[in-house]
Amino acid sequence: MYENAYVDPKQKVSSLTEGEDPVKLAEFEERIQRGEKIEPKDWMPKAYRKQLIRMIEQHAHSEIIGALPEGTWITRAPGFRRKLALMAKVQDEVGHGQLLYSAAETLGKTREDMINDLISGKSKYSNVFNYPAMTWGDTAIIAWLIDAGAIINQVTNSKGSYGPYCRALERICSEESFHLKYGHDNVVFLATGTPAQRELVQDALNRWWTPIMHFHGPPDKVSQHTEILMKWKVKLATNDEMRRKFLDEYVPKIWDLGLSIPDPNLKKNEQTGQWEYTEPDWDEFKRVINGDGPCNKERLQVRRWAEERGAWVRRALQKAEQKYTVPLA
Amino acid sequence: MKYTKTQLEAVKEFLYKIADDQLILGHRDSEWTGLGPVLEEDIAFSSIAQDKIGQSLHIYEILHALGEKDPDTIAFTRNANEFKCCHLVEYPIGEYDFSLIRNFFFCHAEHIRFNMLAESSLDPLAKLAKKYRGEIKYHVMHADTWVKQLGRANEESHKRMQDTIDNSFNLALGIFEESPFTSELNSMNIFEGEKTLQNKWIEAILPVLEKAKLVLPDPADWKPAYGGRTGTHTEYLQPMLEEMGEVFRLDPKAEW
Repeated sequence: MYENAYVDPKQKVSSLTEGEDPVKLAEFEERIQRGEKIEPKDWMPKAYRKQLIRMIEQHAHSEIIGALPEGTWITRAPGFRRKLALMAKVQDEVGHGQLLYSAAETLGKTREDMINDLISGKSKYSNVFNYPAMTWGDTAIIAWLIDAGAIINQVTNSKGSYGPYCRALERICSEESFHLKYGHDNVVFLATGTPAQRELVQDALNRWWTPIMHFHGPPDKVSQHTEILMKWKVKLATNDEMRRKFLDEYVPKIWDLGLSIPDPNLKKNEQTGQWEYTEPDWDEFKRVINGDGPCNKERLQVRRWAEERGAWVRRALQKAEQKYTVPLA
Repeated sequence: MKYTKTQLEAVKEFLYKIADDQLILGHRDSEWTGLGPVLEEDIAFSSIAQDKIGQSLHIYEILHALGEKDPDTIAFTRNANEFKCCHLVEYPIGEYDFSLIRNFFFCHAEHIRFNMLAESSLDPLAKLAKKYRGEIKYHVMHADTWVKQLGRANEESHKRMQDTIDNSFNLALGIFEESPFTSELNSMNIFEGEKTLQNKWIEAILPVLEKAKLVLPDPADWKPAYGGRTGTHTEYLQPMLEEMGEVFRLDPKAEW
């Protein structure tokens, strides 16, 4: 997912630092405490490296898989203005993928290995992209609300401790803020347009509400290991904190447009200042993330097909004498 | 400038041809987004596509100023028989070799055309040409770089490139289908003609192909795929247009 850090709940907390040199570990943690960034050649605990590779890689995969549902609407976007904007937006997403693969490569895993893990199903990507973009309304909702969710996550993570990832995220966030404007503009035109346009966007919101609520990951009560990941600034906010931030910023905007949200229990508790909502179906979340969503197979098939079809081009770029070196930023 | 009826018809036919080529090829190139052989090529094809579609929009705006419908209606509601694009741009993206060679052939021709048009007496078009030849220069550089790399890299890539050239060259010659208004355009100092453009084009692509160790088919086999300029198209154009207009046609009066 555009992802929050996650450790297998079965793994013991102490195992994350097992076997690490206590002096180096203390120095590392002090640097993070002081707000310094960790750079590629610096010492880091194995678990830190592993978490970051996993997070950045999954984020990169999400960008390029995310280009598929929206990409299919480039050829159908209504009018020059939308067509050009959507092309530029999806191009940005692919560019983010490129940037993030480079950031992950600084930790020692090649882009090729990451893509192989994606198409073999070993490595995950944001669950929302296992849902189809069925109408033009869906693309508008994705561009506005999924990107909004992603920005909340990415702005938070850009304050993290790993230099190359933070720098990539800063650039990504500034581009994403345009996507958000594009998405909002698109939804406004539909919501204030003809009855048919309005229906198109309301239907899309109804379909996408569950994936949107899933977006920031399972509720905090089932996540573990948060403490050490927060200490290392790999994780900077909990899933529920980010979800609440999203609701706080966007529910009023959705209501302002006269759209309804398919959750009768959704309201802000004026006393606590907190949003109350029906927990989305987390069993569905688990099912989809484990491969049984509406589009999992299709997404990976398309990616696999693209990889196979382009293999000859990549072979023609290789030079026998060239050796792979890990980039530094 | 005041045009006679025939002159106006000549100008419009000429503008439609250029804009339709760019729109259709831009649309096709955009289909690589998410599917390229390397991420960098998804991005490059998307940039090229955005430039071409943006350029087509500006030419449709000139047509609108000459009394045609607005650009969205022109682009998103016409049927295939009303389009003036050449067959080369209509084909599906196919394999990367085809899309690359198509861009190589087309962008070289387009670059020369826009260089010629920079001196055109049709002022709004000359202004656009001056602006856009700078963009198209990069499309040409992109294609040249890849053609040289893939032509020489290994046996497999060389064979793919040569086969694609052999199979698509006649389509490329279709770019230069002569207009029934050639003499009008010439006497109005708008455009010198497709024959001149084709000759310049051959001169431009040969040195690149030579560096890439690739050759053009024997002139005896040159059989240009004409028809596109008069509204006769391949089977691929109409379905593409239906897809392109699918949402727009839900309600052409609505604002999207």
